[in-house]
Amino acid sequence: MTIFNSRLDTNSDAFATNRADMIALVDQLHSIKGRADALSDKRRARFEERGQLTPRERLAHLLDPGMPFLELFGLAGFLVEDRDPATSVPGASCITGIGFVSGVRCMILVDDSGINAGAATQMTLEKVVAAMDIALNMKLPFLHLVESAGANLIDYRVETWAHGGGLFYRLARLSAAGIPTLTVLHGPSTAGGAYMPGMSDYVVAVKGRGRAALAGAALLHAATGEVADEEELGGAAMHASVSGLVEYLADDDAHALHLAREIMHRLQWNARCRTRHPQEFAEPVYSPDELAGLVPADHSQPYDVGELIARVVDGSDFETFKPRYGAATVCATAALRGYSCGIIGNNGPIDPNGATKAAQFLQLCDQADHPVIFLNNTTGYMVGTQYEQAGMIKHGSKMIQAASNVRVPRITLYVGASFGAGNYGMCGLGYRPDFLFTWPNAKTGVMGGKQAAATMSHVARVAAKRRGIEIDEARLHAQEQRVIDLFDSQSGAFYTSGRILDQGVIDPRDTRKVLSFTLECCAEARQRDLKPNAFGIARL
Amino acid sequence: MISSRMRSVLRDCKRATLITDMTRKFDSVLVANRGEIACRIIRSVRAMGMRSIAVYSEADAGAPHVTLADRSVCIGAGPPSESYLSIARVLESARHSSADAIHPGYGFLAENAAFATACEDADIVFIGPSPHAISAMGNKAEAKRLMRDADVACVPGYDGADQSDAIMAARAAEIGFPIMIKAAAGGGGRGMRLVEQSDEMSGALRIARSEAINAFGSNELILEKAIRGARHVEIQIVADNAGHTVHLGERDCSVQRRHQKLIEEAPCPVLTTDLREQMGAAAVRAARAIGYSGVGTVEFLLDQDGSFYFLEMNTRLQVEHPVTEMVTGLDLVELQIRVARGEALGLKQREIALDGHAIEARLCTEDPSRDFMPATGTITRWHIDESDNVRIDSGIREGQTITPFYDALAAKVIAHGETRDAARRRLVRALRDTTIFGLRSNRAFLIQCLENPHFASGKATTAFVDDLLRETRLDTPSQPLAAIAAALLFRLDFELACARGPGVATNLRNWSSGIPLTSHYSLEIDAVKYSPTVSPLGPDRSLVVVDGNPIEIGIESLDTESAVAYVADLRIRLRFQQSDQHELWLALPDHDCRIVRLHQNRSDSDDAIASGLVRAPMHGVVQEVVVAAGDTVAPGQPLLVLEAMKMQQQILAPVAAIVMEIHTRPGQQVVSGDLLITLGENAAEGGEETR
Repeated sequence: MTIFNSRLDTNSDAFATNRADMIALVDQLHSIKGRADALSDKRRARFEERGQLTPRERLAHLLDPGMPFLELFGLAGFLVEDRDPATSVPGASCITGIGFVSGVRCMILVDDSGINAGAATQMTLEKVVAAMDIALNMKLPFLHLVESAGANLIDYRVETWAHGGGLFYRLARLSAAGIPTLTVLHGPSTAGGAYMPGMSDYVVAVKGRGRAALAGAALLHAATGEVADEEELGGAAMHASVSGLVEYLADDDAHALHLAREIMHRLQWNARCRTRHPQEFAEPVYSPDELAGLVPADHSQPYDVGELIARVVDGSDFETFKPRYGAATVCATAALRGYSCGIIGNNGPIDPNGATKAAQFLQLCDQADHPVIFLNNTTGYMVGTQYEQAGMIKHGSKMIQAASNVRVPRITLYVGASFGAGNYGMCGLGYRPDFLFTWPNAKTGVMGGKQAAATMSHVARVAAKRRGIEIDEARLHAQEQRVIDLFDSQSGAFYTSGRILDQGVIDPRDTRKVLSFTLECCAEARQRDLKPNAFGIARL
Repeated sequence: MISSRMRSVLRDCKRATLITDMTRKFDSVLVANRGEIACRIIRSVRAMGMRSIAVYSEADAGAPHVTLADRSVCIGAGPPSESYLSIARVLESARHSSADAIHPGYGFLAENAAFATACEDADIVFIGPSPHAISAMGNKAEAKRLMRDADVACVPGYDGADQSDAIMAARAAEIGFPIMIKAAAGGGGRGMRLVEQSDEMSGALRIARSEAINAFGSNELILEKAIRGARHVEIQIVADNAGHTVHLGERDCSVQRRHQKLIEEAPCPVLTTDLREQMGAAAVRAARAIGYSGVGTVEFLLDQDGSFYFLEMNTRLQVEHPVTEMVTGLDLVELQIRVARGEALGLKQREIALDGHAIEARLCTEDPSRDFMPATGTITRWHIDESDNVRIDSGIREGQTITPFYDALAAKVIAHGETRDAARRRLVRALRDTTIFGLRSNRAFLIQCLENPHFASGKATTAFVDDLLRETRLDTPSQPLAAIAAALLFRLDFELACARGPGVATNLRNWSSGIPLTSHYSLEIDAVKYSPTVSPLGPDRSLVVVDGNPIEIGIESLDTESAVAYVADLRIRLRFQQSDQHELWLALPDHDCRIVRLHQNRSDSDDAIASGLVRAPMHGVVQEVVVAAGDTVAPGQPLLVLEAMKMQQQILAPVAAIVMEIHTRPGQQVVSGDLLITLGENAAEGGEETR
């Protein structure tokens, strides 16, 4: 037992300031995400009039009471189409996350038909594809509650159509991998969307509301002149009795979701998962709630990542690996919700010793089969003659290579700065971590705006001097400001999360919960036997 | 079951016993009954060191008396006429099992003189009075004539041989309404009708005659003036073969529903010593008048002015005999057996003292909110605690199926106390701790009766239950109840989900990284629908919104069958049973309810039922149409026969319905999906469902 000796003064002004700043950011996060809830809820009356549940009610009906739900990509689409931070609605017209249905951990996707009738955008597609990739990676049954007007033809983009196929490709891959896919048709699923039920292993459809047709009545009329009745053309009852597209016909939304729960229960999915999670483990000695006051909102102010680890791991108990060597790169072993883990954090830039230590530590985690948690707070690898000569590139490369190739679960958190190649070595987005979440204060990018602007100014001065031209300081200053804005506007957590460069922004106080949840996910995935087949299940 | 006090009294009695030459020794007793009374008799038989033999019908194969006895004999099918009421079969079983004696219990053959005679003829001791005494009192009309001769006051009425409607109506008018029609051969409330005014007379006579002939094999009726607000007070007597007769005090059985007793007590709360002596003396006179031996009960109506009228004499053990046992310390079944053996009892009237107070409640599987309609089904949970002052005479067990063949009495709960109120409180406590799930019971209603101030103050008369029903709506679920149910289901659902998976970390419980999740329930609680939502406030607390009203509920100490609920400042003990995923039985101390989760038991086969269209399930040839348009069909009844692939397939009615139209004929080739028959809603069935 090595219980961390915290030096954090929770009564200090700094703590109070940090906490206030962080909670303001968390409030902002909730306020932005709340826009989607509020916008969708404006259509509540319409849902009720049609005897339907709202998308969020559907989610609640589907999930097991009291069981946790990890929402994913909640900010997707933020600042993408509407670039005004004051009005932009996040979520990309759908809600997705990992939750429990009849005791089975599932990937759930709910079309938010309260927003633009669930019409899909480019970001919707990216969000769905990203969720399906997690489902495949984590061996999670994929449940899709469908009610979508399809893609808005007025905003047609060829790439959305072209990449859209990836969605059905993934359904095929999931089915072939032995991971069941289930669609509940609550409303229309037209055109390309019709392959959602077509390619799902199980389809439940709501009588009188669920619909699927390659061409809806309007397009059909335009294409062939046929005037068709929507129910005859693609109604749930027709599909249940005539086309055979629908397996289970439901009376209404609630009944459909009950049927979906029944299907999941009857799979006995957990019988194929050998693991039983550890039930006995200690909560941290230091409250995870204190994480809000630990981290300065300005990432240039340092803090000890040990204080963070102490508020996340079981019993605040961890062992630091090689603490005197490459000290700014912190490697630690600890247990989290009973699972032994390796943790890599930063107390500054990564130097050659830090890089080699981390690379070695990663190999040890791989050997011990311990998941690795990357706590990103680094401005990057050290630069300068001394470091170049010490082999910074070579050693950094080893660390990036190790981070890429370890065969254990990797969970990355952006908890402060994550800049440049430091992000690569610390298992950023490009390294396909199993899970990747961001704190609201985090900044990510190739470098800080100021450094970029200064670099560009330096280049300009050198060029001007070579050409013998007098530099226009006013123009240069304006350019500097533009560069700072360009970089900084893209580095914020809300902005990057809007572009699906992570899986979501979390309240720092939830860090232990998020890690517990995702570690459970990874453990189940590794212990789960799949029964793959060559072609996926065909509807015959 | 037998208290130490009872034992010491019995010892004294035995000491006083004289063995006479009338003694008939026997050492095995066949109990010609079922349910709680069979169990209770078997216990005394065994306690006296004798062999006990039970008889049972096929419907009772799983009943407790079958296993309690040393030996059990199946005597026929479920309907009583084919089993417990069949003299031939009971006697055959007695011979077969070499029984020396038969105890008839109450009901069935207990007051059947022919049976008592048949026992004598078969040289088997009938534990009860002589056939003569039975028939003398068995006919109410004759009994009243006898009693008048013995100087025992009777209720004004008519017990003449002329049974014509006209005479009955004329006599009724003379006596004055309201009037009570009773089966002359009857008892136990069957064949009894209250008639308020003359124009109801002919209808009531018809029903009473039909009930009387069905229940007692005779349609003879008597009329009695209905005395409103009277008490039903009965005197327990015991007589040995030497004609030595004493009374064991009275029982008050005023609390009745549908003319059947519900709560009985001893002593009667308003009886003075003087009145007790008068009534006791009258009862002893009545017994002597017919040369009675054994235990028996003389029933009186006690009017508010203290006058009392002979109602009838029951020549058998009464259902409510335990209250007398608890205040006298005597075992009445043992006394019956000893009298039957020919022993002299040696009980002296002055030595019989009443100690404290005893109250009995009849726990029945019936639905008080639906006019006490008997409930059938399987008892999925049965738990009741016996204690020093609380005696349980139970005739059911967990897992037993309650059939429609017999009466609804499941168990008697009898509490004793130094005072009436002490006994009443103990009885309420015992009933609160009792669990009966799987079918409706009157548990909560009994508590409601016992807690009613009118009953508590000892003022309940025969009008009590009707008055109570007028004042209160029974078993009405409330919003807090719906909230408790929803909060409990939320917890149970969580536990189930946890158990079904590899388990989640405790700190993840109720956690959502996105929008807070609210669970939705759609429940039917005792036929009232609720759609509560549940939002967790902590591991043990939830905010439940019912019809827009937020109610905070705590659920603590949860295990697989009980929990404690907190509603505002109230702490409520819950017992529950989830028989399957869509049904929950929930007992609060003062309320039982069945909760059905909606959305969970539908199937798309309802489609066909709703539309009434019966279609061909496959290609084939219609062989035969079994029904005709206009026919009424029951669920599962064949409609037509379809031959397909050399297989004959019966097409069955999905629901009770009327055949509206037949769209096919024999010999016709049909393809899958062809309309064969249109069914319409059966008006009578429809009415049944909406009632």
